Amino acid sequence: MKAKTWKAVTTEAKLLLIGIPVFLWTIIPVYHLFLFAISSKDSATSGRLWPKEPTLQNFATVFHQRHFYLDHFWLQLWNSLLIAVAVGALTLFVATSAAFAISRLKVRGGRTVMNLALFTYFIPAAFLAVPMYKTMGNYGLLNNQWALILAMVTIASPYCIWVLKQASDKLPYELDEAARMDGASPLQLFRLVYLPLMVPSLVAVGTYSLLLAWNEYLYAFLLLSNDRSVTLAVALGNFLAADDSPWELLMATGLIYALPPAAIYYAFKRYMVGGLTAGAVKS
Amino acid sequence: MTAAATLEPGAASQARRSPDRWQFWGRMLVVPYLLIFLVFVLYPVGYGLWLARHPASYVKLVEDPIFFRSVLNTLVFLIVAINIKMVIAMVLSGFFIQTRWWIKVLSLIFILPWALPSIPTILSVRFMLNPEWGVINSLIFQLTGNDGPNWLNHPPLALAFSMLMHVWKSLPFWTLILIAGRLAIPSEQYEAASVDGATSWQKFRFITWPSMRSLYITSLILSMIWTLGDFNSVYLLTGGGPADLTHVLATLGIRYLRLDQVDLAMASIVVALPLVLPLVYFMMKRLSK
Repeated sequence: MKAKTWKAVTTEAKLLLIGIPVFLWTIIPVYHLFLFAISSKDSATSGRLWPKEPTLQNFATVFHQRHFYLDHFWLQLWNSLLIAVAVGALTLFVATSAAFAISRLKVRGGRTVMNLALFTYFIPAAFLAVPMYKTMGNYGLLNNQWALILAMVTIASPYCIWVLKQASDKLPYELDEAARMDGASPLQLFRLVYLPLMVPSLVAVGTYSLLLAWNEYLYAFLLLSNDRSVTLAVALGNFLAADDSPWELLMATGLIYALPPAAIYYAFKRYMVGGLTAGAVKS
Repeated sequence: MTAAATLEPGAASQARRSPDRWQFWGRMLVVPYLLIFLVFVLYPVGYGLWLARHPASYVKLVEDPIFFRSVLNTLVFLIVAINIKMVIAMVLSGFFIQTRWWIKVLSLIFILPWALPSIPTILSVRFMLNPEWGVINSLIFQLTGNDGPNWLNHPPLALAFSMLMHVWKSLPFWTLILIAGRLAIPSEQYEAASVDGATSWQKFRFITWPSMRSLYITSLILSMIWTLGDFNSVYLLTGGGPADLTHVLATLGIRYLRLDQVDLAMASIVVALPLVLPLVYFMMKRLSK
């Protein structure tokens, strides 16, 4: 009995020995971000664990756009939102139609389309960025938010098609046959049978593409340059331009920028983890 | 496809009772993606290869010392950072499947780096490492009275911090993947092994690893491909500096692009293709089974 409790104690100790470093490793950069955002300029770098006088002044400065780095804060926040929603909606449309055609309608050449999509998925994003930038220039879309929206749809949809195809392959084929017997048209099958059954996967890929677009930095800063059309991500990167940037404002803005995607992620975690980890790597 | 796309309304109604109508709609529904692919993947890739067609670009590229340094940094990044990351993810996946209330709470915190956008957190770390005002050097000064090192001004250290940043950001994702893999192993196998008196190392060696090897290798390769495209961890932390010595191929192409040397940018990517294409081929074979 005594040996057993001893063993239980050492097991707990070993687990804590992993758990505590994991906690610190994860939380320090995030806590530093938070600490800075609620500190005044002078006290932010004191190395204290909690500021002497926590303040919301930085947020007030950001919300009132009272710094030249933040002149267009609200507009840039709106741009981020608009672009993320557009990318989410367009990707859902493109990916769901393609997955339905390939998996349920068994369109001829569907396998090839799937392989093209997979190939795109495996092009490292920073490599595609260079030719994408030149291409958008050729199309006359540089500095147009459509350039970013279309680029992000291009990057997001292959993975979404793949995840949706995996999920639709699991639906029983008898459903389609029954619908066909009853004289359903392909679009009725799509709308009345397919979409309702696919809701969890649709939530997963919709959230995925929305967050991908909201979080994107590289494509946003390449394709957009006007202060009034860039997303908040680019505006944050612009703080790096000078050494004497107001870091406490950067951190406050960064926190505001980081909260919506984190909230969405945690709210849809059930779908994200189930839908995406299952799809990401097929063992 | 063009024939189907130009079907007259009359022809469409004629097709209503034929199975061709399903093929017709199938084609219509893949058209949006095919358009995206043609306009924003095939054309850019073809155009990019065309821009990189001059041998002179490659001569110029090879003569640029930054290029060699970037290739070296990329290889170090891929080999060191990814293997460390995957081994830690493997260990942590075993940790997080333990049933304790506090491990459940910790797992929610643990995915923060993945759930948060990378820019704010990378910039947060960048400022922690700031030599004059950063919190790390402030603490070093308070504790020892000496000035701490200029962390990001020392190329190997700066690259190491970029790699740490990358690991910090993507570790939760790969841990989740490996947790899914571990949970798929039937628990009876472990119970039987316990009855036979197997040690935990033996359980790992003879049960866990054989069932997870394929998933682990796939994850490793996929992570390599993605890491090749990881621009943020390097660019936002070190900016490629000091003296352009911490660039990787992902940031080098963008650097050339910003210097208006598109041919060099594309050439640096073409040079990386022998590294990328085998990995892509491997993944395509795995996933399109």
